[in-house]
Amino acid sequence: MEIINRSKRILHLLPVVVLLVVLAVACHSGNEEPELFHGFIQPEGFPETSYDFSRNEVTKDGFELGKKLFFEPRLSRNNTIACGSCHIQSAAFTHHGHDVSHGIDDRLGIRNPMPIMNMAWSDEFFWDGGVFDLDLAAVNAITSPVEMDENVPNVLKKLREHPEYPALFKKAFGSGEITDARFFMALSQYMLMAVSDNSAYDKFRRNEVGAAFTENQLAGYQVFLKNCAACHSEPLLTDQSYRNNGLAPNHVDDRGRFEVTLNEADNYKFKVPSLRNWQYTGPYMHDGRFLTLNRVIEHYRSGMIDSETLDPIFRNKDGTIGVKMTDTEKDNLIEFLATLNDRDFVTNPLLAEPAINSPYTQ
Amino acid sequence: MKKYSQRLKHSLTSYCLLIAGLGIITACVDEDPGPDLEKTGDFSIEFDTIVGEETFGLAPRQYTNAKGETFSIKLLQYFISNIKLYTESGEEYVVPQEESYFLVQAEDRSTRFTKVRVPEGDYTKISFVLGVDSLRNTMPVERRPGVLSFDPDQGHEGGGMYWGWNSGYIFLKFEGTCDLISDDQQGDPTGNKQFKYHIGGYGGYSAPTLNNIKEITMDLNQGGIAQVREGLRSNVHLFVDVMKVFNGQHTFSIPEHPNVMFSDYSVNIANNFPEMFTHDHTENFTKGEDEL
Repeated sequence: MEIINRSKRILHLLPVVVLLVVLAVACHSGNEEPELFHGFIQPEGFPETSYDFSRNEVTKDGFELGKKLFFEPRLSRNNTIACGSCHIQSAAFTHHGHDVSHGIDDRLGIRNPMPIMNMAWSDEFFWDGGVFDLDLAAVNAITSPVEMDENVPNVLKKLREHPEYPALFKKAFGSGEITDARFFMALSQYMLMAVSDNSAYDKFRRNEVGAAFTENQLAGYQVFLKNCAACHSEPLLTDQSYRNNGLAPNHVDDRGRFEVTLNEADNYKFKVPSLRNWQYTGPYMHDGRFLTLNRVIEHYRSGMIDSETLDPIFRNKDGTIGVKMTDTEKDNLIEFLATLNDRDFVTNPLLAEPAINSPYTQ
Repeated sequence: MKKYSQRLKHSLTSYCLLIAGLGIITACVDEDPGPDLEKTGDFSIEFDTIVGEETFGLAPRQYTNAKGETFSIKLLQYFISNIKLYTESGEEYVVPQEESYFLVQAEDRSTRFTKVRVPEGDYTKISFVLGVDSLRNTMPVERRPGVLSFDPDQGHEGGGMYWGWNSGYIFLKFEGTCDLISDDQQGDPTGNKQFKYHIGGYGGYSAPTLNNIKEITMDLNQGGIAQVREGLRSNVHLFVDVMKVFNGQHTFSIPEHPNVMFSDYSVNIANNFPEMFTHDHTENFTKGEDEL
């Protein structure tokens, strides 16, 4: 009786055991997802990179460390704000919905955070180009009193005392020493991998099958080439120059590039931002004053303010300023601009914040 | 016989001369054989802070500038770099650049020496840069070691000698208080009466802008040339008069310009810097810092 009972009990347990085995197998195969990291790949048709990869090759371990640092609130004075707090992937690494950046202790900056996107091709960074090396870009946010309000030596101290970072630095750089250069280079490795090259426009550009533009998009592309491409040049959709596009000076009288060069000729000039992923990066302009693409286009059509440093490209032969286009041209332009949004970029699991939906949870 | 004695006398004289000569040579060896370019010795410039005709001290100690404004000092620090030495004949020795960056912090006496090794020599002139040269300002992060780094143990005082928003080193940082400073935006809105002079600007990366790099040359003939010898330390003792920041060729009022950072006005202040430095004396053939 005892024996029968026992075997019965075992039989009862059998489905549970099978289920566990199945689950284990399933979980196991789940771990073997395709590798997402393939190093830095030069996109077809993009120019040569500005970043010197020979002194900081992007490796899987360096990139993973950089990603962890990017989402690390210890980079701020009171451990509350990470780079990823104001550079959110779903917003193409901007601070969606904020006109100006919103940092530590709810302090506000004076500028709209720029997207972290295609940094490898950037010569200079931020709206005024005050930083000329991606490796030094983080210092700006870390030390800004309205962003992270911290200093780099203190961040290094926190990382050195952290239970995980010395091992992660060792993995990435061969020894556990946490130096400023390694810290900056790891962050750069993550940011360099934020490449946007897979919008409908890119597929069209590469002549991919099924990537043809509609008639309206083609017409809009012509409007773009005629009116926008001189500054928003292809394929990065910025020529990286500094220009005064006729915005009225704001209440803090932000003079943009002038603050860096102290040259009156640079008054109210700001970096030409890329048009890529505009759908995710609103609001627009250096202080986020325009909420919609429509408002941006209307600014160029009829809202520009004249001043000494207004970019000459906006001066028309008849003495007016601005970009002339018909309503139909505008509608077509908007249809073309929609092709610049790269959904793969804003959903790329490789770049996703760890712990949320990346397979690379540390 | 006479011939012999004459000869003897002659050779005695020769011997005497020889011995005397040897004696002189030996004496020279004992004192200073002259510089041997194959050998190196220790050399330092000492940046000894003073305030006008008084010794240096932090707040609450008070000083008065040429405009009659009373102030106290909270912080003074600056970069010294690119040290060069010259001999009488015009030969130049450039200290290898990597070893030639120093951060002098007035409140920390141990930082007042810029210690380097240089070939033996009698140097009559030195030069150095107050600040950081433009090349190093644009180098990648891994080429900014020591005081140029952000390292908590050896870097530039909490990273405070660097502008993160406008990449570049702050050459000289001078902060303090002056009761005449207003509490509005023109002064110190925090009400703490602070003045802050953060002077830098290396000329710009892609567009030309401020260049406040100052190369300072000091003739040592008056105060004593630097005799660098192996195993010994030669120290050029400079006085660094902070008062000259206010009272140099451009005299200015603290409450009129309580905050000067990256702006055109900084050029006036930077132009006062070379006057801060005077050569007081040189200590040669010392065995170490205790003798200085």
